[in-house]
Formats: sequence, C-alpha cells, structure tokens
Amino acid sequence: MPNDVTHSQAGTTLEKADVTKSVTPGGRTEAAAAAVRIDDVAVRFRSKKRDVTALTDVSLDIASGEFVAIVGPSGCGKSTLLKLVAGLLGPSAGEVRLGDERVSGPRHDIGYVFQRAALLEWRSALRNILLQAEIRKLPAAESRARAGELIRMTGLEGFEEALPHELSGGMQQRVALCRALLHRPPVLLMDEPFGALDALTREQMNVELRRIWQETGTTVILVTHSISEAVYLADRVVVMSARPGTVSEIIDAGLPAERGYSETMARPEFGTATTRIRELLGAASAAD
Amino acid sequence: MSQSAVSTAPVKPAGVAERARPSLRRRTVEAAEKSWRPVALLLACFVAWWVISAAELVESYLVPSPGATLDVLLDKPDYLWQHSWVTTYETLLGFVIAVVVGVVAAVVMVYSSTVEKTLYPILLFAQVVPKIAIAPLFVVWLGFGITPKILIAVLIAFFPIVISMVTGLKAVDPEMLQLSATMGASPWQTFLKIRFPASLPHLFSGLKVAVTLAVTGAVVGEFVGANEGLGYVILQANGNLDTPMLFAGLLVMSLIGVILFVIVEIAEQLLLPWHASRRDGSVTTSY
Ligand SMILES: Nc1ncnc2c1ncn2[C@@H]1O[C@H](COP(=O)(O)OP(=O)(O)O)[C@@H](O)[C@H]1O
Ligand SMILES: [Mg+2]
Repeated sequence: MPNDVTHSQAGTTLEKADVTKSVTPGGRTEAAAAAVRIDDVAVRFRSKKRDVTALTDVSLDIASGEFVAIVGPSGCGKSTLLKLVAGLLGPSAGEVRLGDERVSGPRHDIGYVFQRAALLEWRSALRNILLQAEIRKLPAAESRARAGELIRMTGLEGFEEALPHELSGGMQQRVALCRALLHRPPVLLMDEPFGALDALTREQMNVELRRIWQETGTTVILVTHSISEAVYLADRVVVMSARPGTVSEIIDAGLPAERGYSETMARPEFGTATTRIRELLGAASAAD
Repeated sequence: MSQSAVSTAPVKPAGVAERARPSLRRRTVEAAEKSWRPVALLLACFVAWWVISAAELVESYLVPSPGATLDVLLDKPDYLWQHSWVTTYETLLGFVIAVVVGVVAAVVMVYSSTVEKTLYPILLFAQVVPKIAIAPLFVVWLGFGITPKILIAVLIAFFPIVISMVTGLKAVDPEMLQLSATMGASPWQTFLKIRFPASLPHLFSGLKVAVTLAVTGAVVGEFVGANEGLGYVILQANGNLDTPMLFAGLLVMSLIGVILFVIVEIAEQLLLPWHASRRDGSVTTSY
C-alpha cells in the first residue's frame, strides 16, 4: 500500500522529536534530569470512621529513561504512589515533580496501565488503542500509523478488530499497553499489569515489556507482586515496608542491559537480589 | 536505544477466541431450540382452554370458546384494528417521552448530587402513588382525549428507565474514569465516549420493563374515561357481557405488549452486539 510509507514516515519523525526531548542521546545511564522526583511525600486518607496513613516520608528520584519496579506488602501504598505521580491524587505533605513541573492535577504526559485492562467492551482492540488519540485529538493518520506500529510490537496483528471479550487476558493487557504508549508518554506507570496472567504468559509479557522499553526509551514505574519480575525488568527495585508505607531499601541488582530470560534468572546477581528482597519483605510482614 | 532485540521477537499467543458470527441457519436453529418450551406451554394452555369450553365445564358467557374468540377477531378486524392502533399510539408516545425525560433526568441526577437529592424523593413518591388512583384526576384535568392516557403511560414507564440509567451511569469502571483523566478528557468526552455507552446495557433492561408497563398505563387511562382504545373496547364488552370480544381485546393487548418488547430486544441486539454476545456466552450453559 502506498499509504503505508507516508504513515510510517510521519510516525518516525514524531518519535525522533520526542526521544530527543525525553532522553539524552547517550542513553539513560547518563541522563541528568530526574524524570520523576518524589520529595518527602505523605498521604493520609480521612474518612468518618478512621484515618489511614497510606504513605509517609517517601522520597524517590527516578532518572529519565529509567525502569523502576516497586514491590511491597499489600496495602503499603504502591497504587497510591502511582496515583500521586499521575496527579490523580494529591499528597497530604511533600511534593511530586514530573519533569520540571510540580504535579498538581491529572497529568496528561503519562501512560497508565492497570491490573485489569480496563478496556471499553464495545470497542475493538484497535479502537480501544485509538481512544487515547481521539480524546487527545491527535492527527488521525499519524495515530493510526503509531497504533499499527505498537500492534506489531506487541504481537497483536490479526486481532485489531476483535472485541475485548474475544481476547485472552494477556492480549487484553497488550491492548492496554498499546493504548498507554500511543501518545509516546515520557513516563509509563504500570500497576500490577500482569497480576492476573498465568505464569507463562507473564514471562512472555516481561520479555516483551523489556524490549518495548528499550525501543521506546520511556521512563517506567512498575508496581508488582512478583519479586523475580521486578528484578528481571528493572534497573532499580524499590522495596516498601508495610503500613504506613515508606521506602525501606532500593536495590540495584547490577544486571547487564541485554537480558535473555533464562540466562538472567540463572545469574548469581539475580539470586542475590531476589533473596535480599525476600528477606526485606519477610521482615516487613513479620513486623505487621 | 541501540540494543538489538533480535532474541525477543513477539510470538502470537494461542488460546484466543476465533471471531465467528454464527450463520443465519444456526441462529434460527438456536432460536427454535430456545423457544420451543414456551411455545409448547402456550399451546398447552390453548388446548386446556379449548377443552374446558368444548366440554362446557364453565358457562360459555363466562369463558368463551377459542372459536368464538377467533370469530370476533375475524368478524370485526376493522373495529379491533382501529382501537388497537389508538392504544399502540398512546403507548409508543408515552414510552418515547418517558425515555427522553428519563434519560435526561438520570444524567442530570448522576452529575449533580443536589439535583439527585431533590428529585429522588419526588420520583419515589410519584412511583408509589397508584397510577390507577390518579388517572381519574388526569381525565378531569385533561379531558377524554389521548393526553391523559399518554401521561399515565409516561408516569408508569418513567421510573424503571430513570433507575436503570442512573445505575448504568454509576456502574462505570472507576479506573476507566481515571484513565480518561490522564488523557485529559473533558467531561463531555468522558460522557460521550465512556459513561453513556457503558450505561446502555442497563438502560435497555429498564426499557424492556418500561415498554410493557407503558401498555398498561395507556389501557389504565382508557379504563378511566375514553371513547376509543382497547381499554374502551374491553370496558364496553364487559358491560354487554360480550366475553368473546373481551377475550379478543385481551389477546390483542397482550400481543401489542409482546411485540413492543421484542422490538426493544431486537434494537438492543442491533445496537449493543458486544453486550448481547458476551451475555449469551456467560449465562447459557451448553447442556
Ligand atoms: N480512596 C481511599 N480512601 C481511603 N483509604 C484508601 C484509599 N485508597 C487507598 N486507601 C488505603 O491506603 C492504603 C494503601 O492502599 P494502596 O495504595 O491501594 O495499596 P497497595 O497498592 O500497595 O496494595 C490501604 O490501606 C488502603 O486501604
Ligand atoms: Mg495496589
């Protein structure tokens, strides 16, 4: 199709422009500016019956293009932390900065993926992905090209016209991921995105996510329950303690950038990191 | 990024449902399989009716024979058709007004809790007042024309529509709303692209109840004071002890209700195919 050429060209120009904006050409290790800065943040939920302190004294700097995973016991405020970064929730104390702006309301320069895919049941996979473009009023042809690119990247070809209920859980999550990446957000927030998937699909999604992250250069914050998922995917793993949630340790396993799945699992650094995290989480739940 | 990603080419996962539309023939067979039981039951009732009247177990002026009823339907088609049309017209008009007013009221109530708190008690009051009791008042106010009948149909059909629409608008996935906030959606975009379509399955379940109630509303209005419509036909037949005509009127009235119900259901399947197929898949068992 002659149209394809113009579409992909348009897509490429857009990508180049965005990449130079969010990532220094040398790669993320060198990136100077923090993409996300969480500064001494606390969150308290007040209700008639009781007050819950979800987070206290949380500080965390995330470099542009970095992949950070967050693990911690249930209810320690991981989702709350992501919502703070997205501006869906305001902190009771402290501040959150995204790029060089203070977060003070829903941010539009992020992508968000939830545990449940949260797809519109009446829209096909493609039209679910394009919702992002429709609401943002992005140019239609360019958005379609970008959606096609993401569909190829996530292996969804052939399922563009399928409705969500016709897709497996893994494929629904891919659609949600494509939707979150459509507008090339500098920051991608993922809240237990693979929690509902079976172990095999999950591994596959981990490998794909890592590859997609390398291709797009997005800053990623991933909340997960799986320690191995966290260590495999992330540059740094933030371990949180039980309520009130705070950062108990940040672990950099020191794994190489190129990570084959089983080779990485077999590495001694991988074992050391997972064991350390398990200890920390064990201590947290023992103190609970 | 400069890293190569050769080792991790995407693999298409298995286990995805084929996107198949059943053929017309299969759908017909399925419809027949689904409906043979109610059809058989209806036939059994008909046979029982026929046996009772043929054996003269009940006086024929109390329960007419199926034959006598059929004769009325065949002898006076114009008379019945004319009055059925009046009732249908009142029902449809009442239903349409109830849908428009009900949907708008539901949207306003969901978006403004002040309006909701103000309207809800009034709505509930309007619902618990027996419509048959206020019907005479409407006739006094509005005369013998079709207006009071339409008004009663609206009143009676309105409640299930508002309730189902409010439920539907509130049932939207909160994560979906958070997502639309991160996309920078305006309230209008969120309503149009997410909340409204998400509420339609709920609305349609309300519409199905409402459309049958609208028939009742129109007939109740006719009972109270009218010179046309099926309610009038039945009342006249009752006064004349013309039970075959009374039965014929009842039959036609039920038929109107059933047809309107089926039309709403077909509209649902056409407008919400995504919902219909999902519902079928999750509710029916295969044996
Ligand atoms: N909207 C809310 N109102 C009141 N309490 C909340 C709200 N959201 C979360 N919480 C509480 O804050 C704590 C942290 O919640 P969350 O961030 O969802 O934990 P996690 O994602 O780590 O499981 C929990 O105790 C939870 O009950
Ligand atoms: Mg959570």
